[in-house]
Amino acid sequence: MKLYPKNFSTVVHNCNLSGISLSRYFLDIEIVLNETTEENVLSQMEKNLSVMESAAAKGMAGVTSFSGLTGGDAKRLSAYRADGSPFGDSLYLEAMIKSLAVNEVNAAMGVICATPTAGSSGVLPGALLTTRDRLNLDRRAQLNFLITAGGTGILIGNQASISGAEGGCQAEVGSASAMTAAALVEAAGGTPSQSAHALAIALKNLLGLSCDPVASLVEVPCIKRNAVGVVNAIAAAEMALAGIESRIPVDEVIQAMGSIGRMMPVALRETALGGLAQTPTACRMTTMLQEEGRIPWPFPAVTIDDQ
Amino acid sequence: MAVFQSVFDIIGPVMVGPSSSHTAGAVRIGLAARSIFGEQPEEVDITLFGSFGHTYRGHGTDLAMIGGLLGRPTDSDDIRYAYELAEKEGLKVNIKVSDRNVAHPNTARVVMYAGDRSMSMTACSVGGGMIDITEIAGFRVRVSFDNPTVLFFYRDRPGMIARVTRILADHAINVSHMQVSRKEEGSHALMAISTDGAIPEPVMAEIRTISELGPIISLTELMREPDSAQIDVTGE
Repeated sequence: MKLYPKNFSTVVHNCNLSGISLSRYFLDIEIVLNETTEENVLSQMEKNLSVMESAAAKGMAGVTSFSGLTGGDAKRLSAYRADGSPFGDSLYLEAMIKSLAVNEVNAAMGVICATPTAGSSGVLPGALLTTRDRLNLDRRAQLNFLITAGGTGILIGNQASISGAEGGCQAEVGSASAMTAAALVEAAGGTPSQSAHALAIALKNLLGLSCDPVASLVEVPCIKRNAVGVVNAIAAAEMALAGIESRIPVDEVIQAMGSIGRMMPVALRETALGGLAQTPTACRMTTMLQEEGRIPWPFPAVTIDDQ
Repeated sequence: MAVFQSVFDIIGPVMVGPSSSHTAGAVRIGLAARSIFGEQPEEVDITLFGSFGHTYRGHGTDLAMIGGLLGRPTDSDDIRYAYELAEKEGLKVNIKVSDRNVAHPNTARVVMYAGDRSMSMTACSVGGGMIDITEIAGFRVRVSFDNPTVLFFYRDRPGMIARVTRILADHAINVSHMQVSRKEEGSHALMAISTDGAIPEPVMAEIRTISELGPIISLTELMREPDSAQIDVTGE
């Protein structure tokens, strides 16, 4: 079986040798490894992009989560922006609104595209939907953005992890932010090597992030972390485009993330047994939600009849 | 450790939130049950085991399973209104939680009723929205959806397996996985055959001419990735 390239440095080397972009490179591999055609990949990616657009639009109109714990923050931030932020308008503010919007839709059981997971699904759309007009990206360039993010996400997943249960939130929002940073650099005209530095910088900034969701729901602190993830991605991309380099090579950063994940106690890996999930307020919220019948009582479950 | 080799493993699937295993996988279990039953049931008993039982309300697992039983795909926006839809579409739903030990933490059992018919199915959600079926109508099976799968019910007697597989061989259709299960000697039996590529309709028609072969259920449709479903981009 043909295998995906193992590390980012090999990918950058190959791109430089043949003088192609990361998206071209990842698209070529996709076609060969998965026995598909360019047309198929692009049309499926187009569907995913449409889902991101409708999720962002829906979230900005305002949604409430199933538990009632979250929702409406994208709308709130949007109104704040319309009134004029005291710090002035910025790309960052717009991106945060869209990231919050998409992840609020996820918590509200709306339709989203996982990037790479459902819990971190706001980061990438927030960046793409905000920068595409400023960078004059045509539809194909936007699909390329997704392909580069997907390809670099594979490099993270295969060298470390993209699962909160395996590596904490650094593996979810951290990975989302890192792959988004790499895609942003390409979209803005940067080189494959600059994309690698952007990915390394973004991931380093979120190393060690725990996954400690209140009441086991994908809401607190997940949604606001999507907003921070997108800001971090843009910041890392800007640094890399300015020629700032990560002192630790990209693959070593990715492997460090995997290693930190393995050292993390289980209580901080999507079990709600530690961190924010066990604060007095989180415990009170959990009990309240249980009493309202919005989430089940903890183990051991008894056999119950709802009707 | 997972090995990713497609950009769609990272950018995708398209799904209703908030969890791929507890929501998207549960929809697919509901869809599988509906497709095996062959029609929309009038009533269904859903039993949730393990982690499904503990966290189903927070993740909407019950809504997702009902959505699937009503034929809604994993990316259907109205899954969150599943109870209302069930009432409107004439499906009576009974949800139970069991603390019985099961092999996989995300397991659900469905018993469907319509008229005087009833049928059961047990399945587990194994991650990323993928499911395995472990029981159908009392037969123990192990159906994943890596390849197209067809279920053949028949009366247990010598030569039945050969008669079906000979037709497949004659048409150069490769069997990738096969299981045979029966309740007792000479009684009802089930053959689950997975093939490289779906079995073409003319070949299925030829298989249907075999006497002593009972109902045939094709699960090929369930191979479909959530992403390839038609998406209404206009939203609500």
